[in-house]
Amino acid sequence: MDENIAEAIVAAPEADASDAVDAETFRVKMTTRNVNVHYAEKHALRDVTLDIGEREVTALIGPSGCGKSTYLRCLNRMNDTIDICRVTGRLELDGQDIYDDSVDVVQLRASIGMVFQKPNPFPKSIFDNVAYGPRIHGLVSDRADLDQLVEQSLRKAGLFDEVKDRLGDPGTSLSGGQQQRLCIARAIAVGPEVILMDEPCSSLDPIATARIEELIDELRQNYTIVIVTHSMQQAARVSQKTAFFHLGDLIEQGETPQIFTNPRDEKTQGYITGRFG
Amino acid sequence: MNYGAILATLLVLTVIGFYLGRGRARAAAGAPTRLHSLPGYYGAHVAIWMALPAFALFLFWISFQSAIVEGMVWNGLPDRVAVLGEAKPKNALPAAQKQLLINNIRNYASGDIVSGEITDLVKQGAAAYRRLEVLSSWIMAAAMALLAAIGLLVTYRSISPAMRARNRVERVLLLLLMVASTIAILTTVGIVLSLLFEALAFFTKVSPVDFLFGLEWSPQTAIRADQVGASGAFGAIPVFTGTLLITVIAMIVAVPVGLFAAIYLSEYASRRVRATVKPVLEVLAGIPTVVYGFFAALTVAPLIRDAGAAIGLTVASESALAAGLIMGIMIIPFVSSLSDDIIIAVPQALRDGSYGLGATRSETVRQVVLPAALPGIVGAVLLGVSRAIGETMIVVMAAGLSARLTVNPFDAVTTVTVQIVTNLTGDPEFDSPKTLSAFALGLVLLLVTLCLNVIALRVVQKYREKYD
Ligand SMILES: Nc1ncnc2c1ncn2[C@@H]1O[C@H](COP(=O)(O)OP(=O)(O)O)[C@@H](O)[C@H]1O
Ligand SMILES: [Mg+2]
Repeated sequence: MDENIAEAIVAAPEADASDAVDAETFRVKMTTRNVNVHYAEKHALRDVTLDIGEREVTALIGPSGCGKSTYLRCLNRMNDTIDICRVTGRLELDGQDIYDDSVDVVQLRASIGMVFQKPNPFPKSIFDNVAYGPRIHGLVSDRADLDQLVEQSLRKAGLFDEVKDRLGDPGTSLSGGQQQRLCIARAIAVGPEVILMDEPCSSLDPIATARIEELIDELRQNYTIVIVTHSMQQAARVSQKTAFFHLGDLIEQGETPQIFTNPRDEKTQGYITGRFG
Repeated sequence: MNYGAILATLLVLTVIGFYLGRGRARAAAGAPTRLHSLPGYYGAHVAIWMALPAFALFLFWISFQSAIVEGMVWNGLPDRVAVLGEAKPKNALPAAQKQLLINNIRNYASGDIVSGEITDLVKQGAAAYRRLEVLSSWIMAAAMALLAAIGLLVTYRSISPAMRARNRVERVLLLLLMVASTIAILTTVGIVLSLLFEALAFFTKVSPVDFLFGLEWSPQTAIRADQVGASGAFGAIPVFTGTLLITVIAMIVAVPVGLFAAIYLSEYASRRVRATVKPVLEVLAGIPTVVYGFFAALTVAPLIRDAGAAIGLTVASESALAAGLIMGIMIIPFVSSLSDDIIIAVPQALRDGSYGLGATRSETVRQVVLPAALPGIVGAVLLGVSRAIGETMIVVMAAGLSARLTVNPFDAVTTVTVQIVTNLTGDPEFDSPKTLSAFALGLVLLLVTLCLNVIALRVVQKYREKYD
């Protein structure tokens, strides 16, 4: 496992180059301070403090049930939809408190898109799946604009060429990997600044996974991305920063190469070498 | 001999057979080869073959015994019998008198009330009847004992370590289960056939074309030849439109209310509200429809009539509207409960996807959840429709009897079910077209609701497949 990860890092030459650039222009997009989450009595996340850098990929890793999804769902307030969930601490997007009463959750979620573990296209046509967000937010005024926006989004998600002749087909008729890219296109269509991905490749085959990973690398030019992943190779391949969670605690965070080659914490070391997980 | 005692004996013998079989199997287990099955299976195998054939014989025997015994009693009677004080040749009696005589003999024999005078003839017949019955049950008991003994002997002797008792018991159980499900199917077939025969009898008197397309329904036929204006008309269209009108009104009430209730419960209500409201709503489904009927006839119908009068409308005191409204309320829990289950079954991932794009709750419900649940909801509504069509008590009490061809909800109308009830209750004459028309109506009703149910179940099923 160690070797694979090391190879993955070596095999991504632009990682070093872009890290150098990032070091100069590094800007924090989201900050989270002392985030605690309870599900009823259960303390699922303890005092998590983490910065998310703009236009880079932050990977969240850790064993199942350690709170990665919970943390991710704090970032766009998806946890609000769970009755028993209580979030405390300070979370900011561009310096603005996102849990402030004055914040419009609907607007917030439009600027922080989300892609889920299992592809979840709506039971609508491919076109309508992508057009869903722009329509409900009234982003476009006429059909021509909408067509253009849908095409653009599908292009950015690397799906347009595969589906351009069948935009009217149901979204569910696509393959798993295509469905997941459709979900990414759907998120892109509302013009988010941040995209959250919760294990986006866990139900896909290796080829579809590679395709999504490439896409994530491209999207990094324009979007801030936070990705939860179970695959350490994937974290190593696509991310610039990595944060390791364990049992509700944020154990360690840092530059991805450093986390994988030279972890400071023993638990991180244990997890990435496969001793537990 | 008492049937209860016979069955109890059989049971005891069977239990003994079980222990015998198990004991022999245990003894055989000492042999060098291992038993194929647990000893209990060998016991069960013995018990099954003791009990089942004997019990089957029992069922068969008692279902034919009375006919045979009656025949024998009848043949034993003297050639000339005294009926109503007159001596008549036995074989020239009209069927009804013959049946009466036999009934009297049977009733007297079992100590029930006898109609008319207890003649010597009845006493004599009853004595023969009782004798034959006792004889018959002894023969039956003996035959059952013989079957049980054969079963015991054959299965007991077959016990050996190599015998696959476990598999054989399994096969018999399978057979039993199949018989049980066949009974349900046979009942359905029986219902359809009996309806069909009576309906065919009706159609020999009234042509199917007149029945299905006629515009006038007035099932009174002349009882005496000199009666006027009662030739009977059996055009069922007004009756069908009555059912249709009331069903439409009911669905106009039930679909929106039921659906909104389901949406509220599944998408908006907190867990606590849901836990209390859902059962309460389902209690509505448990109210006997006759109670809804009171409510419709005594409270709602006058209310509607008075309200109509207040704004200058003439409303019949038994209006289609009153019956339809109440029926709609009755159907609400069906629609809401089924739709609720279906909406809940829409994967949470779809909702998350929509919320994640910044949709509000109602946008999510309207544009994602409902379209996904639509086929299932259509199925739920169709099931509701077939309930409405078949509903009887409410319309009997609230809809009236006049078969009028109208779509005015303030008029009184009648429905298929009401006509079936009124034509069959009271003191019907079983070969008049009026009575027989009930079966023809029943057949149509059965076919229509059957089709609706099949379509509804299909639709629901198809929808289920999509998310599994
Ligand atoms: N909706 C919920 N209700 C109650 N407990 C939850 C809920 N979601 C997650 N949890 C609990 O919170 C903890 C963290 O879960 P999660 O964030 O999903 O972990 P991960 O994504 O890292 O596997 C787990 O122990 C889980 O049982
Ligand atoms: Mg998770």
